[in-house]
Amino acid sequence: MLFNIAIKNLLGAKLRTGLNVFVTSISFFLVIFVSGMYDGMREYAKNITIETEVAGGTYWHPEYDSMDPRTFEDSHSIIPTQIKKLIDQNNAFGVLACQASIYPNGRIMPVIMKGITPYQNIVNMPTNVLSQHNDINIPVLIGNGMAKNANLKVGDTFTIRWLDADRTYDADEGTIVHIMETENFKLDLGHIWIPLSKAQSMLVMENEATYVTYAKELSMIKNSGDWVHHNVEYMIRDMEALIKADEPGAQVMYSILLTLAAMGIFNAQVLSIFRRRKEIGTLMALGMTRSRVVGLFTLEGGLNAFLAGIFSLILFGPVLFYFGINGIPLPMDYTEMGMLVAKRLVPVYSIRLIISTTILISIIVIVVSYIPSRKITKMKPTDALRGRAVT
Amino acid sequence: MENKNVISIKNLFKRFPVGGDYFTALQEVNLELIEGEFIGLVGPSGSGKTTLLNIIGGLDSATEGIVSVLGNSMEKTSHNERAEIRRKHMGFIFQSYNLLPVYSVFENVELPLILNNIEKAEREKKVSQAIEWVGLSDKKNSKPADMSGGECQRTAIARAIVHEPALLLADEPTANLDAKNSHNIMNILSKLNSEISTSFVFATHDEKIMEYLRRIIHLEDGKIINDENISKPKSA
Repeated sequence: MLFNIAIKNLLGAKLRTGLNVFVTSISFFLVIFVSGMYDGMREYAKNITIETEVAGGTYWHPEYDSMDPRTFEDSHSIIPTQIKKLIDQNNAFGVLACQASIYPNGRIMPVIMKGITPYQNIVNMPTNVLSQHNDINIPVLIGNGMAKNANLKVGDTFTIRWLDADRTYDADEGTIVHIMETENFKLDLGHIWIPLSKAQSMLVMENEATYVTYAKELSMIKNSGDWVHHNVEYMIRDMEALIKADEPGAQVMYSILLTLAAMGIFNAQVLSIFRRRKEIGTLMALGMTRSRVVGLFTLEGGLNAFLAGIFSLILFGPVLFYFGINGIPLPMDYTEMGMLVAKRLVPVYSIRLIISTTILISIIVIVVSYIPSRKITKMKPTDALRGRAVT
Repeated sequence: MENKNVISIKNLFKRFPVGGDYFTALQEVNLELIEGEFIGLVGPSGSGKTTLLNIIGGLDSATEGIVSVLGNSMEKTSHNERAEIRRKHMGFIFQSYNLLPVYSVFENVELPLILNNIEKAEREKKVSQAIEWVGLSDKKNSKPADMSGGECQRTAIARAIVHEPALLLADEPTANLDAKNSHNIMNILSKLNSEISTSFVFATHDEKIMEYLRRIIHLEDGKIINDENISKPKSA
């Protein structure tokens, strides 16, 4: 009985129902969209690290610590045979890292110089440009952030100074051959990339490398000598830790969004129900019990949330889908701030986000339908009939 | 034939808290109403007519005294029991009609039957009959906003009588209507009273209604000052 009356009330009050459903569905959309953007930002940071840096995993020289440049001097050796096989099969590439200084425009700037196999297609870096300039002594690839910081452009030359294997300082002229657009500041800021063979000859470290990165589909090899294997999980552990540390922040943001949505729904529902107190009085005069009146209005709230869910799917589903595919351009480049934020942010809508938001908003709608109708039914029917204000 | 008692009120007092004091709306009210009566509670504004009607209808409760309606001691019944009495045995007509604005005439009249869990086929039959009684068959799909005051009040009457209640309470049913509509409404109610065994109680200060009443109870300052039987009321 209540269900039929609730349906009749909702369908009968077209404008009121439309407004309530619209407000609720906007709340659905905003919470899912903004939380999706936030999740997308965090997901992107992880993905960009894998795509441009980590791929399937790495083998490190035992002395190498990517977070401590002082270890670079001693962290190089001939690549173990089994790992070398991967490189020969184009399933991996080596990187030789060392500390160096560059002198662009008369300034000194400490950098990490990395030699990388130009023909690799394992990580998303335009390293092939390094092989297209045989006429240039040291072809250098840098990121756009580095270019901006050092005021460098393609064709600029500068002196590079490094300490070779014999612990002798050498210097030579490098030329920028390409400036890569990258959103991974770890490849960009304070880095210069040169061909691996060039680095090996400059450092007098023939056939040596500091670490080897292998392709995504590969599994770990059994005999990697004394080199240490690090899988993707290890390589992105700092990112995961950052995301985990950011979890309370994400929850606070989600709560704020939900609270704002709840306030909007609360206003719309309360206004709607309080405007109907005369109707509630009439229902009570016609013999509807208080509990049934509360049940009716709570049910209407539940149906409202259900309709809002469908409405969101129809009206905002394509919008969410569009942004989920194409992303949203951000107004500024966050790379210079040392943040892994995409220039085009693609929201990620997880099933968990959609289900939890749907459940929470439905609960909010039901609660904000229950509370005011319960309050009105506690009035004397005579006051409700006169449409008196609730105190 | 024994007259069945529909309402029995003994020594009724009703006081409302006002500030730190009390306002006495009804005092020492004693009243008996038998089945099929057509009576009016008459008096100026503030005399206690509506309060008495609300207490009879179980929408409000007495401060002191005994109120028995259709054999139920109202002071001993719970909210739910009073709701059940209203749902099954009473009909209400309000001054401002109190129709549900999103419902059609048919749906408004159907509501008491839905609340009483009457089967759909029987509902349709009874609603059609009630709408016919009040002469709104051609308006059954109209919404209250599209109808005149007289039509709205006739819809409210149909809603009040559709479940054939034992007692019908009407609070100023003609106050918002012009003379023609008022007489029309009273004719309908008078006719219904003669056709079904429902007892009617009106709260009114409308002179136009008085001529239809068979018993007039005059109230002043919350007291019954006169209880007169009309020998030749105007009938339908």
